Amino acid sequence: MDKTLPSLAAAVAGIDDGMTVMIGGFGGSGAPIELIHALIDRFRETGHPKDLVVVNNNAGNGHVGLAALIEVGMVAKLICSFPRSADPVVFTERYLAGKIELELVPQGTLAERIRAGGAGIPAFYTPTSFGTDLAKGKPVEVFEGRSYVQERWLKADVALVKAHHGDRLGNLTYRMAARNFNPLMCMAAATTIVQVSQIVAPGAIDPESVITPGIFVQGVVEVPHPQQEEDLNRAKAVYPEPTA
Amino acid sequence: MTLKLTPTQMAWRAAQDIADGAYVNLGIGFPEMVAKFQPPGREAIFHTENGILGFGEAPAAGSEDWDLINAGKKAVTIKPGTAFFHHADSFAMVRGGHLDVAILGAYEVAETGDLANWSTGPRGVPAVGGAMDLVHGAKTVAVITDHVTKDGKPKLVQRCSLPLTGVGCVTRIYSSLAVIDIVDGHFVLREKLASLSVEDLQALTGATLHRDGTVTDLDVPAL
Repeated sequence: MDKTLPSLAAAVAGIDDGMTVMIGGFGGSGAPIELIHALIDRFRETGHPKDLVVVNNNAGNGHVGLAALIEVGMVAKLICSFPRSADPVVFTERYLAGKIELELVPQGTLAERIRAGGAGIPAFYTPTSFGTDLAKGKPVEVFEGRSYVQERWLKADVALVKAHHGDRLGNLTYRMAARNFNPLMCMAAATTIVQVSQIVAPGAIDPESVITPGIFVQGVVEVPHPQQEEDLNRAKAVYPEPTA
Repeated sequence: MTLKLTPTQMAWRAAQDIADGAYVNLGIGFPEMVAKFQPPGREAIFHTENGILGFGEAPAAGSEDWDLINAGKKAVTIKPGTAFFHHADSFAMVRGGHLDVAILGAYEVAETGDLANWSTGPRGVPAVGGAMDLVHGAKTVAVITDHVTKDGKPKLVQRCSLPLTGVGCVTRIYSSLAVIDIVDGHFVLREKLASLSVEDLQALTGATLHRDGTVTDLDVPAL
């Protein structure tokens, strides 16, 4: 068994028009910038994939990563909790012009819907959002005298994830708070593609330290020294780089 | 004479009520300052939604690690005892009743404990983040807020007019003029600035202030 992939281009080759794509990260931490940019490269060469439904906590910042994916016109709908950032202009303009659909989900509900999707649980009840606009139309049940809102699982065709170390079996570790949504998304997608800073030999990750077991991972591509969205934005980077 | 407390002073006052050993989530913005004012000898453990317990202070400019941020996307540090975890575990800590204190900002708080702090109406881009989760589960859900809006309208009201974050969830208010508990659908005044009479304070409050025992002076250092 060898889940390693030869290139970023190969890693994103199987993503088709209209797919639901989960993209890991919380703001820039844990965001798979290189995988996203490889997907944009493919779109610019072939016109595909487009009309994507993207699941992420946020809606991008500046003009790189998820913001760039939106800016080139590949995203039809975003499912997220917090579409604001230091520089949210790309999403904001499209949203206010009616060019992108938004499903706003409380952050903990978003995490649990993704976890449920990966765990085979079609619905669950949460106190979150009871009595608010975000609970409209959803079934409510009373348990032990308190009201809870029914939420449904969330699954994806593909997850694009950033991890720290990975082996050819797909076992993963993460780096600090870059873990966030990434392990959940690995579980919830039919195909999970991971960029890791280093591919290591099986056994090099202590079994006690494996955070995502390889069963949840289909492809691993090595990206040494991955870019940080915050650094790119401080340098006012734009992707794709404008041609002179 | 103190006319009203600054956000820093409100944060200081809120910090005095956090017990040694408490697990605490501080909302983005003013509430983040509460961490700076922990009384000596007490150790609280701070939680951030994006998967850290027990993080440390901000690093010096230039030494940020952007894999190590808080919910406000600001750089933080680790210290002995820090733990990392994924988002589902993070919100299990929130909804599962494991946090002792959550401190949030507010647009409006009702005497029923209803909170509005995520949306100012249908215009613009809606964003909720973790606010609707944080109001459920913590043993104390407190807000830090100016007592009135910039236009002088009460923010402590009978019923919220803005979209709700949660129903019946707030237990204590640290305002710029007073400390108020919410008990059985009533505002109960605990402390007020010495320069204000109860009648003055009532005139700036959108629902009846009840009393249950002594009202003490809200005494905060200049900071």
